[in-house]
Amino acid sequence: MGPFGKLDRRRFRAARERRWRGPGQLDEGSRPSRSLVVALVLASLTLITLDYHGGDDSPVESARRAVGEVFGPVETGTATAIRPFTAVPEWFRSRGSLHDDVARLEAENSRLRSQAVTEDYDRNRLREYDGLTAAADDLGYALVPARVVALGPAQSFSDTVTIDAGTRAGLRPDMTVLNNDGLVGRVLRVTATTATVLLVVDTDSVVGGRVGESMEVGFLHGRGVVGDTGRLDLELVDDSEVPDRNDTVVTWGSRDGAPYVAGVPVGRVTSVYSSVRESTQRAVIEPYVDFASLDLVGVVVPSGTDSDRAVIEADGSLQ
Amino acid sequence: MSLFRGVVAALAVSLALVLQVSVFPHLAWQGVVPNLCLLVVVGAALTRGPQFAVVLGFLAGVALDLAPPADHVAGRWALALVIVGYLAGRVRQDVRPTATAVVATVAASSFVGTSVFAISGLLLHDPALGVPDLLRVILVAVAWDVLLTPFVLPLVMKMFQLLEPARTA
Repeated sequence: MGPFGKLDRRRFRAARERRWRGPGQLDEGSRPSRSLVVALVLASLTLITLDYHGGDDSPVESARRAVGEVFGPVETGTATAIRPFTAVPEWFRSRGSLHDDVARLEAENSRLRSQAVTEDYDRNRLREYDGLTAAADDLGYALVPARVVALGPAQSFSDTVTIDAGTRAGLRPDMTVLNNDGLVGRVLRVTATTATVLLVVDTDSVVGGRVGESMEVGFLHGRGVVGDTGRLDLELVDDSEVPDRNDTVVTWGSRDGAPYVAGVPVGRVTSVYSSVRESTQRAVIEPYVDFASLDLVGVVVPSGTDSDRAVIEADGSLQ
Repeated sequence: MSLFRGVVAALAVSLALVLQVSVFPHLAWQGVVPNLCLLVVVGAALTRGPQFAVVLGFLAGVALDLAPPADHVAGRWALALVIVGYLAGRVRQDVRPTATAVVATVAASSFVGTSVFAISGLLLHDPALGVPDLLRVILVAVAWDVLLTPFVLPLVMKMFQLLEPARTA
């Protein structure tokens, strides 16, 4: 090996390089067959058309279900595996920040106690004499606990999550999902072990809402934004009554409790706009639920549902 | 070899998808997460050319459209990622792309991919969101994807390079 050894090797490497990535191969590699690209684009467009016009009966729904059966358990497993790690930042919180939290929570607690948010709503219901029947209805429901295992990315512009309970836990489409704070959304579709939930902040979500203080009804539309700025728009049917700030909005409920059961707190009024042109009023609602950090949720099922896990009955007992 | 390559590519896409919906939401900024499936498609395009990347893009897109939390009209991500695979594949030269070229390709692909998805939504009225909201999400998505590029792309490109069959024989 003299001074030429290196040169030779380099020349050899260059030759090999040329042979491997010659012009013929480049042509083949960098120009895909046009028919393939056209075929794939057409396939995508066909899929879009099928799903867009097919609605709930489209063949895409069964494909969705099949893919869900495969990916659902994997998502559940992944979420369970990383759960210990997502809790790690909690350990490193300083004493100061915990103190702040306690002060903030105490203030909030006393404020809430003084407001007794749902008191107006309950009193009105009693006055309207449907309290008893409604309460009896309410007693007929039970909760299946579930955890959120996957969140749809904001790039997809739809606010949906996957929870780790499916048909085996007794879930069906169009069931109400809630958590400690209030209404979360409704079940869109289920697989054996998971379910997809449409959050109330999604732009496709419409919930019948009722202002607790005045019993006025309206429709809650999502704005498609999760996180701190997530808001709902309440369109009131009657434009003569103006809801106050901090009024509580609860669900109005539908027949047989599908998709929403009655009386679940949704959020509080933060501002009211009236539009003269449309002769309606629009109130902005701040949801009680923090959608950015959803974890444990409950799905409302009929009492006595067969489930693969403990069901929380209306009286608080576990079945 | 071809079958093996296909299986490995499908596994890579599935892994990217699961990480994207189950792990990254914990780190999400305003709900936007890095689009790992798109990064895998770009990595495939840069190492193996557009022919392979458009097919992988279609598969990754269909998976994104159908796997559980998704509720948008199916086929929209498939269309977006086919276009991404085609464009990113055309960038490829007969030399190894430099780091700058990779980052630029990812940024452009992410912008085009997310935009195609958003525009298809505007046409179908699938999300009733305004253009400013869409733009904000698109820009955050591009930033996320570029941020993840140094961690994901070298791995993905290395993997596809190892899978590349010898063409000399």
